[in-house]
Amino acid sequence: MRQFLRVAWVVMRKDLTVEMRSREIVYTTVFFAASCVLVFAFALVREGRPLEDAAAGILWISIAFAGTLGLGRTFERERHTETLRALMLAPSDRPAIYVGKLLGILALLAVVEAVLIPMIGVLFHAPFMGSPFWLFALLFTGTVGFASVGTLFAAMLVRARSRDVLLPVLLYPITIPVIIAGVRGTAAILQATPDEPMARFWVALLLFFDVVFVTLSLWTFEPLMTE
Amino acid sequence: MSFDFDRLVVDDVSRNFGRRRALTRVSLTCHGGEIVGLLGPNGAGKSTLLAILSTLLAPSSGVVRYGAADARTAGHALRARLGLLGHDLYLYPELTARENLEFFARLYGLAGPRERVTQALTRAGLAERADDMVSGFSRGMRQRLALERALLHAPRLLLLDEPFTGLDDASGQALVARLRGLRHEGAIVVVATHDLDLAEGLLDKVAVLRDGRLLQVSDSAASLRDRYRETIQAAARTADHGRGGASAGRPS
Repeated sequence: MRQFLRVAWVVMRKDLTVEMRSREIVYTTVFFAASCVLVFAFALVREGRPLEDAAAGILWISIAFAGTLGLGRTFERERHTETLRALMLAPSDRPAIYVGKLLGILALLAVVEAVLIPMIGVLFHAPFMGSPFWLFALLFTGTVGFASVGTLFAAMLVRARSRDVLLPVLLYPITIPVIIAGVRGTAAILQATPDEPMARFWVALLLFFDVVFVTLSLWTFEPLMTE
Repeated sequence: MSFDFDRLVVDDVSRNFGRRRALTRVSLTCHGGEIVGLLGPNGAGKSTLLAILSTLLAPSSGVVRYGAADARTAGHALRARLGLLGHDLYLYPELTARENLEFFARLYGLAGPRERVTQALTRAGLAERADDMVSGFSRGMRQRLALERALLHAPRLLLLDEPFTGLDDASGQALVARLRGLRHEGAIVVVATHDLDLAEGLLDKVAVLRDGRLLQVSDSAASLRDRYRETIQAAARTADHGRGGASAGRPS
């Protein structure tokens, strides 16, 4: 177990170091997510009044779009240098590589969410800080659910010719329950009086998805990555 | 779990990619302290065979044995004893030379990673460029760094795909000396190469591949160039005769 965690940590640290140097993925995903929010703000905010529950939907759509972009680019980098093969050659459980990549993606999405929350809060008058604990719980569980499947598919498709098209086509149908749970849970805490029992229900459901998705991904990563 | 072996047996290995057959019933045995050359024109199946030996690719049929174990039974303990220098160098251009080697040293769980990396950088002649980004390195410098990456964990089986690419004469000779040192230490070295000048006198055994088939295995690399050409051209004549055509595959 120590070796597993060590390898996951080493891979995540390497991904973050590479990203800190190039800042290529973080800039593009943040810019893309912010552009989505701005476009939706022009469409859905009339005379300073946003549509009901629009903020929750925009938040999760932006996370999903930006996440897909980030997932593709992260693995494109490994494909370009063929370093994914070097990672697969390491004498460790291959799922540790998966966990390392997943942690790197989660860190990236955390940055995106840190930009999106205040931006959507201002543009859509959304009181995100009404229930900070449940907001954090929803974002964490929802992001883990989305990124766990996304990391597996992005790794699996790294050699596919039309990977840029295939990734969203495969990813969105499977992660729709996660996105819906995130939207409904976030909408519950954005009401005038935050509905915390409802938020708790959606967090529990997201936790269930996380356990299922992460377990399946850990189980299938090695056979899927063996050519 | 530690794992060791002093014999590599490729037993009747074939590999298909969809309908295309990249390797057809290849059998080969290599022993510790041997440098084995894989020769053949482009598309002969050399890189596919190296990928199978490195466990990155599973054979469609047949088996590769590392001592008494195969890739499935030995698991990741086997990968700790394998080193691969592919045509792609498996280096991160955004990291420095030192960071690249330290990353792989930590990934392999090596003791004293910093000292090992410093020694490896010195061997590669890159000590003064240790803190420079790999993106600024020439192909030859990257090749030397990649070789040290592949050797960092002292592998028992070293697999090299065109290792002389981009190396100047001095670096090529240094690589030859390094490979001889590994042979002396009892490692099995498998080299896929086109560079017959450097390979001649280095290889203990030569396997010639063409169109995924093993045409010849010989235990001596003497007059390698002549025999390689003869084998490849004879195979091309046979193939042409079979097709009734006049064009011949030529070694590149």
